[in-house]
Amino acid sequence: MSKIHVTTTVNGDTVEFLADPRETLLDCLRDKLGLTGSKEGCGTGDCGACSVTVDGVLVSSCLVLGVEAQGKSVTTIEGMDKDGELHPLQRHFVEKAALQCGFCTPGFLVAAKALLDKNPDPTETEVRYWLAGNLCRCTGYDKIVRAVMDAAAEMRG
Amino acid sequence: MYPTKYHKPAAVDAAVKALNSGDDAKFLAGGQTLLATMKQHLASPSDLVDVRGLGLSGIKKAGGVVSVGATTVHAAVASSADVHPALAKLAAGIGDPMVRNMGTIGGSIANNDPAADYPAGVLGMGATVVTNRRQIAADDYFEGLFTTALEEDEIITAVAFPQVERAGYAKFKQPASRFCLVGVFVSKSASGVRVAVTGAGSDGVFRHKGLEAALAKSWTPAAVDSVEVSEDGLLSDIHGDTAYRANLIKVLAKRAVAAS
Repeated sequence: MSKIHVTTTVNGDTVEFLADPRETLLDCLRDKLGLTGSKEGCGTGDCGACSVTVDGVLVSSCLVLGVEAQGKSVTTIEGMDKDGELHPLQRHFVEKAALQCGFCTPGFLVAAKALLDKNPDPTETEVRYWLAGNLCRCTGYDKIVRAVMDAAAEMRG
Repeated sequence: MYPTKYHKPAAVDAAVKALNSGDDAKFLAGGQTLLATMKQHLASPSDLVDVRGLGLSGIKKAGGVVSVGATTVHAAVASSADVHPALAKLAAGIGDPMVRNMGTIGGSIANNDPAADYPAGVLGMGATVVTNRRQIAADDYFEGLFTTALEEDEIITAVAFPQVERAGYAKFKQPASRFCLVGVFVSKSASGVRVAVTGAGSDGVFRHKGLEAALAKSWTPAAVDSVEVSEDGLLSDIHGDTAYRANLIKVLAKRAVAAS
């Protein structure tokens, strides 16, 4: 099968790659662009470890084809800090030890940021429902939710 | 995934042509089911024809009819002030945020999963499925498990929802997948009462005539009490047997009426 030339923006940089149509956006980010922060947990859209945003919208990059990224703007966990300074969500995750093995953490952070970008003052229920698509098999949910609530409060100032 | 080709046409005619050019081509409308199915080697289409370049996304309201474009994502319906609140609630409860941001109404009803939410909303509202060739009443559209009235190369362009006086939706989630263990959509309009049940029927979404007759007499949760819901033709699996699902149909019908 012939490969398709894809031009897209990732974390603000214009990038190009050749994608086999059956390669997912996650495959392309990890294997072609070296952005290995997004993880493959289930590969079937259930676990959220591969969460990225496409044109500002949260998606599971394992259920989006690389070729679908043509002309879009993709943001991954690698685009979250500002010149090495952690995003408040990242800092609160560290401070509250809201991670154990860390495999789900990039997905949780990207998903939580997508929530706060559109709802800076979520209730705990809203946070829990929004993060329903992100699974932590170490089951550290409570600290994650608290970290998101505290980061939101700090960001509101 | 097995090898496949990718097409993203900009017009409906070109999409039909692309579909017919492959041995076993499939339309790609959101991919939240199809891509996962391909990864599990349960589907191996020769070609994927992406229909999201056809300009079929968006919600329009005219003369009481709300037309939801086929490639409108669930998140857009969930946050729309133009669709009936019961339909917005249905869309807001599908899957997780990632699924709602990519999954589309056209993709969902073309797939017709027996535990999906939209079939209940479309059948329960008495909507019309509009394709590139014809208009299909919801009553004639859903034909069984993963089966619809669509021809292989027929493209849904929109779903037209009529105005109703009352409508409500209640769902009992399978907690891991968030598909419906059972979901019940009720509506009342000048053309009558409709009760559509998803997740429970071994032949997919269906209307329950007994509940419709009872609610036509009295649009109250209590009216459901006297209705006999048979276990015949219901699904049974590790999550719930036929008796459990039959009971859930009554419980959720009451909740749907109460929410309307």
